Amino acid sequence: MIGTMEPFLTRDLRIAPNGLYIDPPQPQARAIITHGHADHARSGHGAVLATPDTIAIMQTRYGADAAGRWEPLPYGERRDVDGVTISLHPAGHILGSAQVLLEHRGQRIVVTGDYKRLEDRTAQPFELVRCDLLVTEATFGLPVFQHPRPADEIARLLRSIAAFPERAHVIGCYALGKAQRVISLLRQSGYDAPIYLHGAMIRLCQLYAERGIALGELRPSLDVPKAELAGQVVIAPPSAIKDRWSRRLPDPVLAVASGWMSVKQRARQSGVELPLVISDHADWNELRDTITGTGAATVWVTHGREDALVYWSQQQGLAAEPLRIEAYEDSELEGE
Amino acid sequence: MKKFAQLLELLALTPSRNRKLEAMMQYFASTPDPDRGYALAILTGALTFKNVKPAVLREVVTAEVDPHLFALSYDYVGDLGETIALIWPHHGAQQDLPSLTELIELFNTTSKSELSKLIASLLTRAAINERWALVKLATGALRIGVNARLAKTALAEMSGKELQQLEEIWHGLDMPYAELFAWLDGTAPRPDVDHASRFHPLMLSNPIDEAKDLAVLDPAEFSAEWKWDGIRVQLILGRGRASLFSRTGDDIATAFPDLVDNVFGEGVLDGELLVGRAFEAAPFNDLQQRLNRKVATPRLLDEFPAFVRVYDMLFDGSDDIRTLPWSERRRRLEAWFARHPQTRMDVSEILPFADWEQLAELRRRGAAEHGHEGVMLKLRSSPYVPGRPKGLWFKWKRDPNVVDAILMYAQRGHGKRSSFYSDYTFGVWAGNEIVPIGKAYFGFTDEELKHLDRWVRNNTVQAFGPVREVKKELVFEVAFDSAQRSSRHKSGVALRFPRISRIRWDKPAAEAATLADMQIFVEAT
Repeated sequence: MIGTMEPFLTRDLRIAPNGLYIDPPQPQARAIITHGHADHARSGHGAVLATPDTIAIMQTRYGADAAGRWEPLPYGERRDVDGVTISLHPAGHILGSAQVLLEHRGQRIVVTGDYKRLEDRTAQPFELVRCDLLVTEATFGLPVFQHPRPADEIARLLRSIAAFPERAHVIGCYALGKAQRVISLLRQSGYDAPIYLHGAMIRLCQLYAERGIALGELRPSLDVPKAELAGQVVIAPPSAIKDRWSRRLPDPVLAVASGWMSVKQRARQSGVELPLVISDHADWNELRDTITGTGAATVWVTHGREDALVYWSQQQGLAAEPLRIEAYEDSELEGE
Repeated sequence: MKKFAQLLELLALTPSRNRKLEAMMQYFASTPDPDRGYALAILTGALTFKNVKPAVLREVVTAEVDPHLFALSYDYVGDLGETIALIWPHHGAQQDLPSLTELIELFNTTSKSELSKLIASLLTRAAINERWALVKLATGALRIGVNARLAKTALAEMSGKELQQLEEIWHGLDMPYAELFAWLDGTAPRPDVDHASRFHPLMLSNPIDEAKDLAVLDPAEFSAEWKWDGIRVQLILGRGRASLFSRTGDDIATAFPDLVDNVFGEGVLDGELLVGRAFEAAPFNDLQQRLNRKVATPRLLDEFPAFVRVYDMLFDGSDDIRTLPWSERRRRLEAWFARHPQTRMDVSEILPFADWEQLAELRRRGAAEHGHEGVMLKLRSSPYVPGRPKGLWFKWKRDPNVVDAILMYAQRGHGKRSSFYSDYTFGVWAGNEIVPIGKAYFGFTDEELKHLDRWVRNNTVQAFGPVREVKKELVFEVAFDSAQRSSRHKSGVALRFPRISRIRWDKPAAEAATLADMQIFVEAT
């Protein structure tokens, strides 16, 4: 139990007995990587321990030599490193994303990385892991974030496509995770037309397809005549949809798929015509359920809006404190 | 309610005026009475509730949500209505909300003590977008980029009626506007309204084209007046307190009690609202102080007393004289003033001139010596025609002032220009420093815009979100109507109606204007 015992994880996520870091922002001798988003997975570590999917993503993004050594660890397998037992458990955030469970002298610590608990066919489903100390993300750690059902959001997209057949629908999504999830959701809803991709999306969609995620027919949008894109869906990075790139689309409806899109006034100010509230992060209710569900007596909150979640945890009688890890990005549209 | 919520969402999020119009037309055409009438009242801002107020909603929510968490959330979201809609923690089995009509009925008839319970149960029943619309409806703060004029334009386009015809009767109608819709649908004649006591749409002028118009117009057929730099108003005098309407028909009387409580007689007058003592018009900036608030403070009333400079008359007593020629209306106006002496109204003086050259000289001197905005020309034989009829009234504005300024910051535009840097902040030299003096949109061809957009991208020094700071190298010729001293701007100068008249690709930044150059313009006004 924490409280009687000092945790063996430091507040910059270094595992004291063996010196491994979790998602370190600087190159380290040995790192555990929770998932492939750039603010968690950096190149240049001596060794990277991660799920096989995460390693494949890092190799695709940064090259095979982005780490000195790759140490794949499938979900659920236990590996002992200098007296600490490490195992990875699905986090439901993107393909290969993992929570890290650390066990040492009877103490259990879980570092969630980024996670969500809603269904997502492009990621292995979240698994609740009991622990004494929980290090949780808090990207959407405010009670105003109550994500709607993704299927309802996709239905809004389909209604808009039907209402504006002469316009292209361009959806701003992160290239890793969100893009594939939106495509997959469209397919589940019965949308079977080809989906067009901005160049930045292509490699990772291919990787997902190679690893068994069905995405249907995808085409590069480059060089497709403007008129042919009327009534079609184009997936692009959020930064591209309002830039020069979008001028090649016929009168595009600008959509963005993100948990941030729940605030309409914000969507409006940023010029988003069709905000789709589709998030790969836990919302307020999922965050609270997870804290309660793990049985942790101590909660460290990081990565986002820590204050409200720390306050709530303390109201529940838990020992809670914010971790301020600077390297994580928190830009409204670009953060992953 | 579902349909109305969808309409509100679309209106809030689409930046295109035409698409907003289409959405409203579709809604009005496919929604039965009286729902569509109430929707119209909401969109035009005509609907308010006695008991349903933002404070009540806030109370309902803070009873269910920890106040500290609510405060953190409100801080983040920044809009009370949205915070309430998003944070509401109870989600019942989603049921359709009552219709718009039923909802309004409920809001109006539920007692204060029962209201909280009603709102809570509605919030719980609603799906998220309907909850958002419900809160907007209850708080009255729509913030969706639609004004009354746009909603009425949608009605006119939907029915093929003239917007003018609609505007003429609008102020005599009440929600839910069944008679209005019957007329728009073509099943009933245009509703009849009490003409003498309602706002009447104004007659507007066209800018004169010096080269074309002056050659063909006969000076003897026209009368001239100064173009006053205030706001256009209509005063309706009769029984009870006078009504004061802005040019769009908004009742602004409560902000000008000093005026409306001190005007006498019966009739409908057209003029310029100004501030100043003894009919000495102060600069527009001073009037602005009073326009910015709904209720005037005693200090403002004392410092900036309001008056109206009258230039036309629509009703003499209860006689509709709009079809009479201007010269006859003017005669009646002067006679009316002789019968009803005033302390807060005077009559706009007529400028004598024999030919256009003389008037041009007056216009030039008026601008240079008194800061007049220009002159107005009115065809003596013209009736009072609402709208902007061609050939009857002209405005002949003073020549704009121009200054060479340096581009400092560029910001992306909106809507179809959202990918272009089309909004510019420019400045002039103050010693070795450049201080901003104004901001303007780009008003030129797409080709020039592209060129400029490229320049901005290639010469960015720093980016802050949508704004780029650029190298201080590009000179704009900026035209503006007047300059005023301003404590709000670092440069101490504020420009009125600045626009970029030319891009001076050829001119080095070192040769741009200085703050000292600007003083001439400030002193002239």
